Amino acid sequence: MNLRELEPGTGQRKVGEVILAVEGVALAFGGVKALSDVSFDVREHEIRAIIGPNGAGKSSMLNVLNGVYRPQQGRITFRGETRSHMDPHRSAELGIARTFQSLALFKGMSVLDNILAGRNLMMKCNLLLQALRVGPALREEIEHRRRVEEIIDFLEIQHVRKTPVGRLPYGLQKRVDLGRALAAEPRVLLLDEPMAGMNVEEKQDMSRFILDVNDEFGTTIVLIEHDMGVVMDLSDRIVVLDYGRKIADGTPDEVRASQAVIDAYLGVKH
Amino acid sequence: MEALRRPVTLAFFALLAAGAVSPMLIGSARFPQWLEVALGGLLTGVLYSLVALGLVLIFKASGVFNFAQGAMVLFAALTLVRLAEKMPLVLAIALTLAIMVAMAWIIERVVLRPLVNQEGIVLFMATLGVAYFLDGFGQSVWGSDIYTLHVGMPKEPKIILESVFDGGVLLDMEDVVAAVIAAVLVAALTLFFQKTGTGRALRAVADDHQAAQSVGIPLNRIWVIVWSVAGLVALVAGIVWGSKLGVQFSLSQVALKALPVVILGGFTSIPGAIVGGLIIGLGEKLSEVYLGPAFGGGIENWFAYVLALVFLLFRPEGLFGEETIDRV
Amino acid sequence: MIYRETGQFKTTYASDQQLFPILQDRVFVIGLLAFAFVAVPFLATDYLFRAILTPFLILSLAALGLNILVGYCGQVSLGTGGFMAVGAYAAYNFAVRVPQLDLLVVFILAGLCAALVGVVFGVPSLRIKGFYLAVATLAAQFFIDWAFARIAWFTNDTPSGSVSAPPLEFFGYLVHGPQEKYLLVLAIVSVAALVARNLTRGAIGRSWMATRDMDVAAEVIGIRPLTAKLTAFAVSSFFVGMAGALWAFVYLGSWEPLAFDVNRSFQLLFMVIIGGLGSILGSFLGAAFIVILPLVLNQLPTALGIPLSTAMISHIEFMVFGALIVFFLIVEPRGLARLWAIGKEKLRLWPFPH
Repeated sequence: MNLRELEPGTGQRKVGEVILAVEGVALAFGGVKALSDVSFDVREHEIRAIIGPNGAGKSSMLNVLNGVYRPQQGRITFRGETRSHMDPHRSAELGIARTFQSLALFKGMSVLDNILAGRNLMMKCNLLLQALRVGPALREEIEHRRRVEEIIDFLEIQHVRKTPVGRLPYGLQKRVDLGRALAAEPRVLLLDEPMAGMNVEEKQDMSRFILDVNDEFGTTIVLIEHDMGVVMDLSDRIVVLDYGRKIADGTPDEVRASQAVIDAYLGVKH
Repeated sequence: MEALRRPVTLAFFALLAAGAVSPMLIGSARFPQWLEVALGGLLTGVLYSLVALGLVLIFKASGVFNFAQGAMVLFAALTLVRLAEKMPLVLAIALTLAIMVAMAWIIERVVLRPLVNQEGIVLFMATLGVAYFLDGFGQSVWGSDIYTLHVGMPKEPKIILESVFDGGVLLDMEDVVAAVIAAVLVAALTLFFQKTGTGRALRAVADDHQAAQSVGIPLNRIWVIVWSVAGLVALVAGIVWGSKLGVQFSLSQVALKALPVVILGGFTSIPGAIVGGLIIGLGEKLSEVYLGPAFGGGIENWFAYVLALVFLLFRPEGLFGEETIDRV
Repeated sequence: MIYRETGQFKTTYASDQQLFPILQDRVFVIGLLAFAFVAVPFLATDYLFRAILTPFLILSLAALGLNILVGYCGQVSLGTGGFMAVGAYAAYNFAVRVPQLDLLVVFILAGLCAALVGVVFGVPSLRIKGFYLAVATLAAQFFIDWAFARIAWFTNDTPSGSVSAPPLEFFGYLVHGPQEKYLLVLAIVSVAALVARNLTRGAIGRSWMATRDMDVAAEVIGIRPLTAKLTAFAVSSFFVGMAGALWAFVYLGSWEPLAFDVNRSFQLLFMVIIGGLGSILGSFLGAAFIVILPLVLNQLPTALGIPLSTAMISHIEFMVFGALIVFFLIVEPRGLARLWAIGKEKLRLWPFPH
C-alpha cells in the first residue's frame, strides 16, 4: 500500500513532465565499469527511487547526475538542456541539490552555518559590502537566516543550531545534511541513502520529512535507499540497477513483480 | 586530464632538454664548459637526492611529510664532526648512528604517537616544530661554528676527456664518490621496500595507519624503524654534504631544497627522488651560470621551487608518484 | 556565574547575529578597546611601545591575514614573508614616486598590490593541496626575496639595497614618536580585525570554511573552489601586505629584503598555530606569545643568575619554539584561542563546581 495514495488532502499533487533524463550513460573507473547504458527519466514532482544490490552503481549514478563524475558516454537532459556531462557548480545553479551517503558535512562549522552555506548561491553581496556588513549585506544575512530557520524548524533541530556538527549524533547530522540541501530551494533533490544507519523511529521521521518536502515544496526527489519497505511506501516510480545496468523501471508494484529484480536480489540457480 | 599525462610529461622533458642545451644553441657556450657545468649540476643533484631519500622514506612509510629532514642532516653531521674530534672516525660514525636511532625512538614516542590519527597537515606542522627544536638543540650542544669534516673523500678534481676536448673537462671527484654512495643507498633501499616483509609493512602503514594497525602491524615499531633508516640516510647525506661544504647551519637551508626534489619526483618514489634531484641540480646550475649574469645572480635560490611549482600545476603527484582519487 | 547568559534573550536575528551577542563579551571588548586607546598611551613607557606593543599589533595583523588563508580556508602558506615584502616595497614605491598620495592611501594600495600577487601565487592552489601547496608557496617566498634584492627598480636604484621610509604624514599630520605610532597602528588593526570578523561571519567566510572542510561537497552546493580559494588568498594577502607596509614604515623605518625572509614566514605560521587556527582572537594571542617569548627568554637567564651568550639564547629560543609547536599540536591543536574559550566556559559556572 503506497503512502502516496493514502495521503489525504494532497491528492492534488500532480506529477508533471520529464524534468531530468539520462540516456545511454556509461561510466568506468579504469577497468571497472560502474554504469553501462543506463537510461531513465524523472518526472517533476515525483519521488523516484534507485535501488539495487550493493555495488550496482547507484551512488555513481547520482554522482553523474550532479556532475561529480563525468560519464564516458551518454547524455543528461535537465530542464530542457542536454549535455554530455554535468558540472557540479552548474547543476547547483540549475537547481539540483543532494545529500551524501557519507554525510560530507562541514565539520568545523555549526549547524546554522552548514545550512547557511547551502544558500551561498543566493547571496549576492560583494566582498566590500560583506566586509562592512552594512545595508544590503546585513539585510541579506538576516533574510537568509530567516529562511534557514524555517528549514531548521521543519527538521526539528532548533536545539542544536549553534553546535558544531562534528559533535552531533549521526541521526541529527543526517538531518543537517538534508537541511543543507533544502536550503538551496532545489527543483530536484538527490538523496543518497538518507536512512542509512537509522533505527525505525528515525526512519519514520526521515520519511515524513521527505514526504513533506515533496508535498509542501513540490520538490522532485531521486532517492537511493536499501530499505525496501521505505522504498515501496514512498516512491512513485523505481529504477532498479544491477552491475551497472538497468534491469527494471516502473511503479512499485511492477518492480516488485519483476522476475529480473527477484533474481538480482535473491540470486539465480545456476 | 588523464589522457594529457603522457604527452605532458614528454613535453616537460623535451622542454627541459631544450632549455638545458640552449646555452650552446642560442648562447655562446662551448661544449666542454657546458659539460662541466652540467656534470657539476648533476652531481649536486645527487646530493639533493640523498636528502630527499629520507623524505620519501618517511612519507612512504608513515604518510608524514618530514620537514625536519634537513635539520636531521645537520644534526647528524654536527654530531659526527664533533665526536670525530675525540675518537676514531669509525667509532664516531657508529656512535652517531646510535644517536640517530635514539632520536628516532624519541620522536616516535613524543611526537608521532600522540598525533597518530591527526591529519597530514598537523603532522607536517609537528615536524616543523621538530626541525626548529633540532636546530636549536644541535647548536646549543655542539656549538655553531663551521666545522670541517674529514672522511677521506677525494679532494682533488680530476680532468677527464683530455683527448677529446682541448683542456679536458673538470670533474669533482668528491661528487662522483657521493654519486656512487647514493646509487648504492638507493639500490639497497629499493630492495628493502620491495622484497622484505618489513618493507611491505611499511607500505601498508603509509596507506592507512588504522587499517595497518588492525591487521596487527606494530605501528610504533615500524615508525621507529623508518625514522632510524631516515636518520641513517640523513647521516650519509650529512657526511657527504658536510665533507663538501663544511658542517654549518646553512646546511639545513640547503636541505630545504630537497622539498622541490621530492615534489618533482613524487612523494612516494625512491627513483623519483633521484631523478628529481638530478633534474633540479642540473637545471639550477645551468640557469645560474647561463641566465644568472643577466640578473645579477641568485637564481639558484628560487629555481628549484619555481620548477616544482610549475610542474605541480600539470602533474600534482610528481613524475613517479601515485595519483589519488577523491571519492565522495 | 560571571559569564552566565541567562536572561539575555534575543528577539531578532539581527541581535542574535551581532558581533558580541553576550553582554559580558561586549563589556569586556569595549573596556579593552577603551583601555588600549585611552589609558595605555599615558601608562606605557617608550620601550613598551617600541619593543612590544607596536610590533605585536603589526604582527597580529599579518597573523590575521595568514589565519584567514590557513585557518579559515585551509590553504597552507609558507610565503607570508614574501607577501609582507610586496606590501612594504609597494608602499615604498608609491610613497616615493607619487608623493602627493596620502600615506593611508599608500598603505591601502600596498595591500592591493600584495593581494594581486597573492592571487597570482594562489592559482596553483586549485590543483595543489596540503603540503604540496606549502612547498609551492616557498617558491613565492624565494622568488619574491630574489626579486626585491636584485631588481633595482623596486628599491629605486638604491646602491646599498636597503631602503628608508619617508616620514609618516597622514592628511597633513606628522606622526612621530612611539606613542603616536602605537595609536596609528592600533586604529588600523582594530578596523582590520572588525573587517576580518565580518568577512568570516558572512557568506564568503562560510565558503572558505566549506572549502577547507570538504571541497567536493562545497562545489556541489555551488561554491566554486576557484572563487573561494582565490578570494582567501586575496584578502589574506591584503592584510599581510598592509602589515608589511606598516612593519617597514612604522616599526623598522629602514629595511632590506631579509626582514621578510622565510624565517618571518615560519614565525607567522607559528603564531597562527599556537594562537589558534580559524580564530581572529587566536591571531592576536599567537602574536602576543611570539613577541613576548624572546623577551622573556632574554631576561630569564639574567634574572635567574645564569649567564648565557646571545647565541645560546637564540638557540634556546629555537628549541622552545619547536617544543611549544609540538606541545600545542598534541595537547590543544586549536591553540590559545581554545584555551581562552574553555576558560570562559569555566567562568560560566565559577565559583560553583558544576
